[in-house]
Amino acid sequence: MLFSWTSSLRNRRLRKRNAYFGYTLRFYGPNVAAAYYILSLKGGFRYAGQTEWFRTDQRGNFSWDFINHKDSPLEEVDMSHTDINYTGLGNLEGQRSLRSLSLRGCTEVDDWFLSRLHVFQDSLEELDISHCPGITTGGLVALRNLKGLRRLDVSSLSRISTPGLVIILLEEMLPHCQITATGYDHSLAQEEEEGREQMEGQSEEDTSRAGIR
Amino acid sequence: MYFCLASRQKHIHSGRYLESYFEIIRATVHFGVKNLILAGVFTYSLQSQLEAMRKKATDALPGSSWSPLEQNPNLPPERADIVIVGGGVVGWSIAYWLKKKEMVRGGVRVVVVERDPTYSRASTVLSAGGIRQQFSLPENIHLSLASADFMRNINEHLGVLNEDPVDLQFNHSGYLFLASENVAHIMEENYSTQRYAGAKVSLLSPTQLKEKFPWISTDGVALASYGLENEGWFDPWSLLNAFRRKAMSMGVIQCIGEVTGFKYTTNIMTTVDGEQVDFKRIKQVRVQMPNSLEYQPVECAIVVNAAGAHSGKLAEMMGIGFGPKDTIAGIPLPVEPRKRYIYVVHCPDGPGLDTPFLIDYSGIYVRREGLGGNYIAGTSPEEEEEPDTTNMEVDHQFFEEKVWPYLAHRVPAFEKLKVTSAWAGFYDYNTFDQNGIIGMHPLVNNVYFATGFSGHGLQHSPAVGRAVAELILDGNFKTLDLSAFGFRRIMAQEPMLERNIV
Repeated sequence: MLFSWTSSLRNRRLRKRNAYFGYTLRFYGPNVAAAYYILSLKGGFRYAGQTEWFRTDQRGNFSWDFINHKDSPLEEVDMSHTDINYTGLGNLEGQRSLRSLSLRGCTEVDDWFLSRLHVFQDSLEELDISHCPGITTGGLVALRNLKGLRRLDVSSLSRISTPGLVIILLEEMLPHCQITATGYDHSLAQEEEEGREQMEGQSEEDTSRAGIR
Repeated sequence: MYFCLASRQKHIHSGRYLESYFEIIRATVHFGVKNLILAGVFTYSLQSQLEAMRKKATDALPGSSWSPLEQNPNLPPERADIVIVGGGVVGWSIAYWLKKKEMVRGGVRVVVVERDPTYSRASTVLSAGGIRQQFSLPENIHLSLASADFMRNINEHLGVLNEDPVDLQFNHSGYLFLASENVAHIMEENYSTQRYAGAKVSLLSPTQLKEKFPWISTDGVALASYGLENEGWFDPWSLLNAFRRKAMSMGVIQCIGEVTGFKYTTNIMTTVDGEQVDFKRIKQVRVQMPNSLEYQPVECAIVVNAAGAHSGKLAEMMGIGFGPKDTIAGIPLPVEPRKRYIYVVHCPDGPGLDTPFLIDYSGIYVRREGLGGNYIAGTSPEEEEEPDTTNMEVDHQFFEEKVWPYLAHRVPAFEKLKVTSAWAGFYDYNTFDQNGIIGMHPLVNNVYFATGFSGHGLQHSPAVGRAVAELILDGNFKTLDLSAFGFRRIMAQEPMLERNIV
């Protein structure tokens, strides 16, 4: 019972943090609502046409200057290591000019989240989904709609079983995109061969020694 | 102790053992067990006999499960509240939702009866496993959306403590429907219905289609409808096992057996016009054990018919459809098994990772399977050429004549392919209007039907399970109104057809 309590409490906390910021949307407009959502989850963003990033510090405090820019849409969003999930993405859906999205190390990002990214298919150029433990091959297929993608980072996704093949297929699926995929052990077959050669070498030595004897 | 000694019937040397046991006990008391082991007195057979005696003694004490009357432990309980006939994905989904919605723990005793534990001929596991929202009836669209929602949060719903999380292997590839000139208007109307219901679908012109999927030949295509979210395919066996594991952890009793008959009481009432109508109420379900004549009559309050392709036969056992021809009593359950073939082909130059579940206006469908250039293809045969349903043999000629030409015409890369494997499965085909039948029968008062989905049972199973559980426990639909799928349309002979383009 304690286990189910803790997991349901965690789910409730996640749901609350990823709720729809309808109130902010009504009073301040979609851009400020998206910005407020990102800051409340301790992410960072940059408005289109500006160079400075709005971020939170270690303790979650942020400056309220972002309210002044009601009409500028968001261009780059950095949500790495946050709790963003499928429902939370609804807060960002209005941002049709989003160019770069970073979801590095987000535990709640899974295949269904990726399937919802199709709303950014015209504008998104850079996507970073490395180190997300919830993504599998079926979710990477959902990126097929992002035809404008230029840089994709799929490093260290633990639940992909055959990373080499999947990355090749991804490159075929998104021809104009440059895919970064580090943190995978592609050298397994080579290691096996080396091991076998070592064993053969040892057995040769043994037989030669036997011959001498 | 002396009783056990005296009642040993399987002994060969009973008298001698009695004396030797006495000696051993005396020796143990005087010298201790260790001395006896050192002396080599305890041989292996004696040790095992003593163990058996100890076990018999503990069994004789109250609190153990031993009883002098030998009972088959695989029999279902003698009394249950709800018996679900059919252990496919729909049956287990109903069982799970019944246990989820019960107000008190142990409030309903649910038994799921399935005759084939290997599921070798079940439609669930032989299905292609796709889920789509591109229907024309809003109820179907809502069912699919609700089921996709369920599958998105499947670990929240069906996660069992201390067991592995559920992995459906869901491929979010979307469905792609291709329409020719004469059916393009149907596709446009369906698109607006789907959008209104909340499905994320997009329409593509032939040029956009060619740009998105250069490997498709757009010859003859006027319009294409492409699903963007919540569409794709998954592993039906994982979903079935997840439902089963969670339901059994909540206390649903699984019974491997075949339902061979029912015992019902009939209440004969006369209508205003003087006709006699028989209202049946099922009292017992007769469950026969596999490969044996042994059966157990299960007294129950409610029976759920989730038998899939064999629902028609089950309904006949209940006495549905044997009345005079032009009355309600004469209308049988219009569900029969229809055999469908699925062929696994290997094409190394085929389309890549972004292959959607392609459905052409000629009726063929194809989807990618795995990452190694394998695809699954098939089509629906014409009404007049329905294959024989007595066996599960695959007709490879059917592929050569009816599937391959259209496949190669639509995707030129598939001209060079090799059929690696094939299987056949049954649709629970609703001969009336090819849509599900959900609800109570007017003449058999305690039977609920959840069958006749004609190929869409798997993708609608979570939402249908919830709907039937609401019907049973709450009395009416609460979340989705599926009253359009009830028996009324069959009794009134008003078909509710899907306006597909195939």
